[in-house]
Amino acid sequence: MRAILTIARLTVAEAARRRILVVLLALTLVSVALTTLGVERLVTLGRASGDANELEIQVGVSQILILVAFMFSFVLAMTAAFLAAPSIAADLETGVAHALLARPIRRADYVIGRWIGLVVIVAAYAAGSGLLEIAAVRLVTGYAPPQPPMAVAFLSAQAIVLLTLALLCSTRLPAIAAGAICVVVYGLGWMAGVFAGIGRVFDAGPLVAVAEASRWLLPSDGLWRGTIYSLEPPAVVLVALGRGGPAADANPFFASTPPPLPFLAWSVAWVVLVLALTVISLDRRDL
Amino acid sequence: MQVEPGEVFGFLGPNGAGKTTAVKLLLGLTRPTRGGGTVLGAPIGDRRARAGIGYLPELFRYQPWLRAREVLELHTRLIEAGSVAATTRVTTATIDATLGDVGLLDRADDMVGGFSKGMQQRLGLGVALLGAPPLVVLDEPTSALDPVGRMDVRSIIGRAREAGSTVFLNSHLLGEVERVCDRVAIVDHGRVLESGRLDDLLGDAGVRIRVTDLPPAALADLDRFGSVTHNDGWLSIASIEPEAVPDVVASIVNAGGRVHAVDVGRMTLEDRFLRLVGGTQPADTGPPR
Repeated sequence: MRAILTIARLTVAEAARRRILVVLLALTLVSVALTTLGVERLVTLGRASGDANELEIQVGVSQILILVAFMFSFVLAMTAAFLAAPSIAADLETGVAHALLARPIRRADYVIGRWIGLVVIVAAYAAGSGLLEIAAVRLVTGYAPPQPPMAVAFLSAQAIVLLTLALLCSTRLPAIAAGAICVVVYGLGWMAGVFAGIGRVFDAGPLVAVAEASRWLLPSDGLWRGTIYSLEPPAVVLVALGRGGPAADANPFFASTPPPLPFLAWSVAWVVLVLALTVISLDRRDL
Repeated sequence: MQVEPGEVFGFLGPNGAGKTTAVKLLLGLTRPTRGGGTVLGAPIGDRRARAGIGYLPELFRYQPWLRAREVLELHTRLIEAGSVAATTRVTTATIDATLGDVGLLDRADDMVGGFSKGMQQRLGLGVALLGAPPLVVLDEPTSALDPVGRMDVRSIIGRAREAGSTVFLNSHLLGEVERVCDRVAIVDHGRVLESGRLDDLLGDAGVRIRVTDLPPAALADLDRFGSVTHNDGWLSIASIEPEAVPDVVASIVNAGGRVHAVDVGRMTLEDRFLRLVGGTQPADTGPPR
C-alpha cells in the first residue's frame, strides 16, 4: 500500500510541478467568470423585457448550465485523456520506469498508484470547477440545480472512465496515440448516445441496439446523461416528456431518467476490469 | 555464470551480445523465455531480490521536475515501501552522503531537468548506491562521463566494494573493466564465452607491436610464434616466450613492415576479448601496457 501511495503522490506532485494544476485552475476561473457573466446578462435582459416569467427564466438557466456542464465535461475528458496517456507511456519511453520498477514494488502498485493520483486530480478538478460554476450561477440568477454533488460525481465518473482507458492504452502505445484513441472513443461514445435517442424516435431497432451496446462498451456517455439529469429541474423533465414523449430523449442535452443502477454497477465493474487489464498488460511487457 | 559476494564482476561483450538483456532479466524488467537463476538467494526478478539491488540503467533518466535530493527521497520511499525484509535505513544524512559520493551535493536542490547527461548519470549512480545495497548493478555507468567522471566512478566502485557490496559492472569499455574488476565474464550472442579471474584470463605472456606496411603474407607467417591478432595497427601475439620477441621484430622488418613500438607483457583484456569474440570491436584501453 505504501508503494501505491508513493506513486500516487508522485503523480499529483508531477501535475503540480509541471504547472498543469495551475493552468487548469486559471482556465477554470476564466471559464466560470465568462459563463457567469453571460448567464447574468441573459437573465437580466430576459427579466427586463418582461417576455418571460420567472419559471421560464429558471428553465432557461438550467439549460444553459447543462451546456456549460457539457463544455466542462469535454474539457475534463480531454484533461483525463492527456494526463493519463503519457503517465505510463512516457515513463516507459524515457526509461524513468526502468529505475522505478527495478525497486521492490509490484507493477500493479505502479499502475494503481498512477490511477489513484490521476483520479484525485480529475475528481478535484471536476468538483472545483463544477461546484464553482453552479455557485456562481446561483449567485447571479438565484437558480440552483436539484443535485449539484451528483452532477459533479457523474462528471468525475465520466472522466475516470476515460483516464482508465487512456492508462490501459499507455502501457502499449506511445502517449500521443493513447491520447488520440481516447479522444476519438469519447466522441464516438457521445455520438452513439445521440444515435440511440434518434433511433428510438424512429423506432429503428438495430440502430438503437448498436448504439446501446456501444454505450455499455464505453460507459462515458451514459454517465454524462447522469450529469444532465442531476442538473435538470423536475419541471423540465415533466414538461419535456409531456410534450415530446419519447422524442424528448433524442435531445443530447436532455435525460428523462437517471442512469439505471445496473448501468452504474457495470460502470464501476468496467473501470475495475480495465484497470486489471492495465496491470496485466504492463506486467507482461518486457521493458 | 556465478558472481560471488563482495567482488566486482565485469560483464563484457560486444554491442548486441545480450548484456543489458541479462541485467534486465536479473531485475525482472524482462522475463526469460527459458532458463533461470537466483539473485541474493531468490529467483531472478523476485521482489525479495530486488529489495537488495541498486540499479543504474543503461537508459538513465529521472523525473526532470524533481530535485536531485527528491529523486533519492523517492527511491528511499520505494525501497522502504517494497522491502519485505529489514534493510539499511536511509536517512537524510545518508542521502546527503550519497549525493556527496557522486559529486552532486552542491546541486542537491537543483531540478534534474537542468542536469547534463553526465550529471544525470552521477545521479543514477547515487540512486543505485542508496542504502548500501548488497548488490549494485551498473549498466554502462560511465557512458556519459568525462575522464574525471570515469575516474570518480572507479573510486566509487572501490568504496562500494569496501562497504561490502557486490558490484556487477556491465560495460564494453574494456580498460575500465580491467582496472576495477576482480572477475569477468565475456559474452556474445547471449552465451558466456569465458568467465574467471582477470589474472587467470590475462596470465599468458604476450607482445604487442605497433606496425605499418606489413604485407598480409607476412602476417600469416607470424603464426609460428604464437596466436596472432591484428587490430588498429597493433599486432598482438599471445603465448610467446620473451626470448622470441627479437625474432618476431626481425621477421616483420625483413618482410617490409615498419615497427613503431614494441610492448612486451601479458595480454590485455582487449586482446583476450578480441580473440574470443573476433572481429574489430571498439575499445578504450588507452596506451599499450
